[in-house]
Amino acid sequence: MAYTPGLKVKSEIVLQKTRRLPIPGEVLVAKGAKVDFDTVVARTRVPGDVETIRASQILGIEADDVEELGQYMLKKVGDQVIKGEIIARRISFFGLSKAFVESPVEGTIEHVSDITGQVTIREDPVPVEVKAYIPGRIVDIIRNEGVVVETAASFIQGIFGIGGETHGQIRMAVKSPEDSLTADMLDSSDKGKILVGGAMVAGEALKKAVEIGVRGIVSGGVEDKDLRDLLGYEIGVAITGHEESIVTLIITEGFGKMRMSGKTFELLKSCEGMEAALNGATQIRAGVIRPEIIVPRDRTSAGESRDDRAVFSKGMQPGMMVRVIAEPFFGAIGTILSLPVELQDVESESAVRILEVQLEDGRKAVVPRANVEIIEL
Amino acid sequence: MKRGNEYRFVASGEAPTTVEAPYEDVTLGVRNAVREVEELTGHALLSDDGIILPSKGNVGTDLYVTTSSAGGGLQMMVTGVIKTMTAESAERAALGAGAIVMDVISVDDGRRTFQKIDRIRHLRPDMILLSGGTDGGTVRHVLGIAELISTAEPKARLGAGYELPIVYAGNKDARQKINKILGKKFALKIVDNIRPVLSQENPEPAREAVHELFMEHVMSHAPGYDKLMKWTSVPIMPTPAGEGRMFRTLAEMRGVNVIGVGLGGATTNVYSVYDGKFVRTVSANLGMSYSICNVLKEAGIQNIIRWLPFEMDEVAVRNRLRNKMIRPTIIPQLIDALVVEHAVAREALRLGFAHHKSLARGLRGIQRQRTVSDLFEQSLEEETYIDMMRINIIAGTGGLLSHAPRRSQTALMLIDAFQPEGVTKLAQDSVFMMPHLGVLSTVHAPAALEIFEKDCLVRIGTCIAPRGPMEGAGSLAAVHLNMPNGGSRSEEITQGELKLIPLGEGEFAEAEIAPRSNLDVGAGPGHELKTKIEGGVVGIVLDGRGRPLILPDDPTRRRKDLIKWFRAVDAYPQRALERYEKALK
Repeated sequence: MAYTPGLKVKSEIVLQKTRRLPIPGEVLVAKGAKVDFDTVVARTRVPGDVETIRASQILGIEADDVEELGQYMLKKVGDQVIKGEIIARRISFFGLSKAFVESPVEGTIEHVSDITGQVTIREDPVPVEVKAYIPGRIVDIIRNEGVVVETAASFIQGIFGIGGETHGQIRMAVKSPEDSLTADMLDSSDKGKILVGGAMVAGEALKKAVEIGVRGIVSGGVEDKDLRDLLGYEIGVAITGHEESIVTLIITEGFGKMRMSGKTFELLKSCEGMEAALNGATQIRAGVIRPEIIVPRDRTSAGESRDDRAVFSKGMQPGMMVRVIAEPFFGAIGTILSLPVELQDVESESAVRILEVQLEDGRKAVVPRANVEIIEL
Repeated sequence: MKRGNEYRFVASGEAPTTVEAPYEDVTLGVRNAVREVEELTGHALLSDDGIILPSKGNVGTDLYVTTSSAGGGLQMMVTGVIKTMTAESAERAALGAGAIVMDVISVDDGRRTFQKIDRIRHLRPDMILLSGGTDGGTVRHVLGIAELISTAEPKARLGAGYELPIVYAGNKDARQKINKILGKKFALKIVDNIRPVLSQENPEPAREAVHELFMEHVMSHAPGYDKLMKWTSVPIMPTPAGEGRMFRTLAEMRGVNVIGVGLGGATTNVYSVYDGKFVRTVSANLGMSYSICNVLKEAGIQNIIRWLPFEMDEVAVRNRLRNKMIRPTIIPQLIDALVVEHAVAREALRLGFAHHKSLARGLRGIQRQRTVSDLFEQSLEEETYIDMMRINIIAGTGGLLSHAPRRSQTALMLIDAFQPEGVTKLAQDSVFMMPHLGVLSTVHAPAALEIFEKDCLVRIGTCIAPRGPMEGAGSLAAVHLNMPNGGSRSEEITQGELKLIPLGEGEFAEAEIAPRSNLDVGAGPGHELKTKIEGGVVGIVLDGRGRPLILPDDPTRRRKDLIKWFRAVDAYPQRALERYEKALK
């Protein structure tokens, strides 16, 4: 049945990132311009919150006469108002009865409804900026919306992450992919850095990283319990990236103690000392988003630019390398020996499509096809 | 396929969706699934243009129908004036149409205007259902909500370039002004009021409009659907709408009350047809893969662990569920992994049903004439009208239930989660085909019904469970069965025990069930019930564990009980149960 295309781990790739404003605004850089991580490439002002006031009610206008509201307005659509300012007034019975409508906020009158008798006031706009996120060259401008930045980089996708975009210098905090990153392995000199762990990052290390001001951590695994302690709440549906005032964390393999894949570890090691961009945002839903580590390289030509669709549309074939992504062989890497068509029973008695795989440690194993991912060589 | 004079199910194929990048074309996944059917049957179905229609000899098929839940299904936002009245009616209508309700906005929902506008803007629904006011009543509130939507200017989730569809099903006197406020910015469709008078709910016109707009606007913007729509002449139905249609058919065919459940990867749909009234609810974030950790969040880790017959610490359970969340397509290879999934399933079903009951209740906001006896029952007014004693059939569908290696696992999951009372039949969808039969029934009802009866609906058996105080050990009820082979059997329903009596599919037994004086099995406390019991692939389950079912707090006692119950219905392999038992000593 299902099989998962492996996560990308590429040493050289030409990468493009679209950087877009949430609503139209001003693009601040020109095509061909060189940008750095923090270069502001576009800016806009997002409309402020909206407040509605039941003006006709306050003024005592009968329900059938709400269309009269306009004649009592002291301010018209487009006018600026300050908090507490009187925007409508109704004097009746020769001045014996007076009613006023005050603006509850500072903003602009947006709408005066002669249907519902409501006045809408929009608060002042909030400035929003979009940064380049990765250093590189602007290769395209999306008019009034943003830019496309291109860079040559090493690119690694994680399986799950928390925390948003950041950048910092990579430091290998462990010696091998089996090691755990513990609190004693980091100190104040790690402020602003991206630390790479091995199989696991301990809960105490996460806490210390936040205290020190470490920008990011990349690890094979993490205990879910430690993640909950760090966030202070339980993640329900896997939509992350908006977490604030924590360290950006990317796990590459899964939850629990998970040896980081050799390829990923070696690639990160080769990038030690370099500046990397990191984004923990993950969405496992329609429109899947995986977290990423981008290490810009001083290259201009593409190293690998295979069409993933071509690779995966072939489906699984004997001889392909796969990684098992569930118990009992979780994390093991091997070569597909055969892909029998018939359904077979596994230990759980589920009748599933399986594959036979020659594992790197010499064992032969039978695994449901759904429980492997294809590894690109 | 027609075999002789019968319409029968022949083969199924499955493939993961290709709605996502890098494919962004659902028809690729459809092709993969159809190719599996081709491989299994040796019958060619595909050409370069899609499905070969109509059939010519050994090639092609006469009819191709499809349902869709791609992209997370139809995601709607509903609005009404009063939360417990028009907004609740609108929510029921949207759910009944197969939608996921992202939020319900009403005048009295406790949020400030800017918060509501912010919410509308950020949710990016596929469609909005706007209701409010009874016909002839005040129009001001519903117009206020319309202005709110107009100010928010929500953008559709799929395809930035099209107008967001809005169905207006509110006070008819406001139609002209609604058109003035919303007509220019949105694809507005006006239908009859969902709540024309307070005492009446009229969901059909809104439901139909939702289906129409779903096809016209939403589906046509999902990647590859333009192609898929050309492959079939039958409108594509949201998967839950197809499912709901078949549960309704089941209830109508038998003239009984039915609870149905579709336990999916992202959502849990619960359907009830009770005294002719159809209600569907969807718990958008309760599911077995994408949403598995939301079950963890909502149920709490201890409520999941309580269903495990072996010791597994919290950290390990958490990590296992998280690993399923991040790689949702993996399947349990080991028996322990399967048992953990079944523990989560019980909680997802339990929570989904609790949600359902909160919407399956009488119309609120109606003035009723009260008698003195009503006053004593007043507190019950807000509760569900579903009485488990009067439910005749509980049926399950969805990947986990349909693919459970043993049907007794499905039986026990349904019993533990829904806790049927009295005599209740259990059934399940054989290979997850109810949604598709639902669409088929719109164009070829006889074929759909025949396949439903013969190949889709698996009779699991019947559960007999007394209701009432369970003090004291021993027998709760005496059960005398006249078996189909002419013999008879006398059994006891024993306190704290489960017992399985074999009675095959298509077989019936005449039963006399005599409960203890304070217990009820359907004829009233202490009264004997005479009834016909239907068998199934599992048989008759005598459940003396009590309602509500309460598991012992002590972990060792609890695990012992679970092992005992699993063994009683032969739910898991003996060697696994022996291993769990050994670990207890």
